[in-house]
Amino acid sequence: MNFNFTDEQKLLKKLYKEFTENEVEPIAGEIDEEERFPVETVEKMKNNGMLGIPFPKKYGGQGGDNQAYVMLVEELSKACGTTGVIVSAHTSLCCAPIYEFGTEEQKQKYLVPLAKGEKLGAFGLTEANAGTDAAGQQTKAVLDGDHYILNGSKIFITNAANADIFIVMAMTDKSKGTRGISAFIVEKDYEGFSIGKKELKMGIRGSATCELIFEDVKVPKENLLGREGKGFSIAMKTLDGGRIGIAAQALGIAQGAIDETVKYVKERKQFGRSIAKFQNTQFQLADMQTKVDAARLLVYRAAFNKDNKLSYSNEAAMAKLFASEVSMEVTTKAVQLHGGYGYTREYPVERMMRDAKITEIYEGTSEVQKMVVSAHML
Amino acid sequence: MKIIVCIKQVPDTTEVRLNPETGTLIREGVPSIINPDDKCGLEAALVLKDKYDAHVTVLTMGPTQADFALKEALAMGADEAILMTDRAFAGADTWATSLTLAKALEKMEYDLIIAGRQAIDGDTAQVGPELAEHLKIPHVSYVEALEKGDDSSLILKRKFEDGYHKVKVKMPCLITTLSEMNKPRYMKVGLVFDAHREKEIKKLTFDDLDINKEEIGLKGSPTKVKKSFTKGAKTAGKVYKDLDEKEAAKLIVEKLKEKFII
Repeated sequence: MNFNFTDEQKLLKKLYKEFTENEVEPIAGEIDEEERFPVETVEKMKNNGMLGIPFPKKYGGQGGDNQAYVMLVEELSKACGTTGVIVSAHTSLCCAPIYEFGTEEQKQKYLVPLAKGEKLGAFGLTEANAGTDAAGQQTKAVLDGDHYILNGSKIFITNAANADIFIVMAMTDKSKGTRGISAFIVEKDYEGFSIGKKELKMGIRGSATCELIFEDVKVPKENLLGREGKGFSIAMKTLDGGRIGIAAQALGIAQGAIDETVKYVKERKQFGRSIAKFQNTQFQLADMQTKVDAARLLVYRAAFNKDNKLSYSNEAAMAKLFASEVSMEVTTKAVQLHGGYGYTREYPVERMMRDAKITEIYEGTSEVQKMVVSAHML
Repeated sequence: MKIIVCIKQVPDTTEVRLNPETGTLIREGVPSIINPDDKCGLEAALVLKDKYDAHVTVLTMGPTQADFALKEALAMGADEAILMTDRAFAGADTWATSLTLAKALEKMEYDLIIAGRQAIDGDTAQVGPELAEHLKIPHVSYVEALEKGDDSSLILKRKFEDGYHKVKVKMPCLITTLSEMNKPRYMKVGLVFDAHREKEIKKLTFDDLDINKEEIGLKGSPTKVKKSFTKGAKTAGKVYKDLDEKEAAKLIVEKLKEKFII
């Protein structure tokens, strides 16, 4: 067992750090304030090969692995949770299922432009009445000749307003419950498909989270992903992978908050000395960093398992559960250590605290992760 | 067009701290980087690669850890990388360094050699020009802009304190580049993987060069350091404006008297 980064990973970290400091951090506050999707950052990430890291070069990817990918999400999220989730949703929730379950034709047609970053991806499972209970899908797909006709709607879809390709779950046979759900690849320009209301959110406000509306959308039969009735299984496996990305996002946000706090406590003076000299500050920081390091090990273990074709569902759930809760705790403490200034938008920790909250909710709430973990035990 | 970029791995001086007691640099734990002027030289070469399909080789002399800098150069887009490493090369001053580099370069094909103006850990600005002298090729230092001429020449903008020279130079030649000339590109993720998984760094040792051990390394270095000391702080200069010649001359004389220079 070895806990050191390889030379390759060290060089990647250097690249991610330089990119984040120069391109992401300077606009993180602004895109949050303006609730603006950072199209310019996505374009730059495309140019530097950051939108298809774990996929083979023959499918437009960078020929890397999940470890390299989660390290990117972590680094981006240190400065900007929005940018982290854009990459995570695109890579884990749209590229990955096409790579894992798609036909060769689907990979050539969709994965290649997605992994190259020429197209942006999104994933639609959640509905108004089907969140954690994903089996309650109302969106329907009916086969009619060479097409499936989709009707219904999805909510809370990350990247929606800026995505070109969507993985969409819909019921093909209601009587079969979860075994009646199928997965489809939907293009943004299909007739009858539209993007609905944009959510006004607490955090990750640069991320365009919207509703998807399907009104008699004709999806070609060849865009069925996997077999009919396999949609639920595809969605669950996709989310297993997605959780590693979100765990990395949570981890990054937490580390970013610690880094900001360390800077602040060295500068801020009270009672004639810097607040870093107070033991309360020191002990708080020690607890925060210890927990974040523990979260990092869980996240990297899950990525390692995925890269090495070992089972990772349980490990991904643990990583996501722990990293997201640590992220919320650490960002809250970071605000506290900043005192009144931490509550203002002058310092980034208040944004980080708002961004952290969603990591406990999306791609499976903390409660869902506990269900997954305990199911592996009992 | 074949370009060879000479780079140096240096401690990131922006991260170097001083030992408050001894006044010396604490080098431990300081990350190593590609010297900034050299990195801009590499960027200039990569721009020529993008435009004219030039072949770019990066060359460095240093300890085995310097391959990290070469891998970064490959990940930015260089085609090939060569590491010159041998105990016999150690302790070299600028003369011995440039001679060693020249012995490797004289066996290689090139149209253009690019070196950064100077390294942030030594600040001599000597290795580039010396290298050109050893190789008997023309050189232009302090280049802040570069374009390709119509024949086998380069049109260069050479910086001076109060202006610039526009120089046309025939290749093969050597130029030294300033970090003001461009903003180096980021590495590409896929090229980082290639640099580690597909490309090999070619190694050159003493045995590959036609040279005597006495001419290189510490033995071949005529520079002797007499004393090292911390430079005293200098106050900012003052600029006087809107004076005619007489007033200016009078003011200068006054100031020189004030400081007991005259």
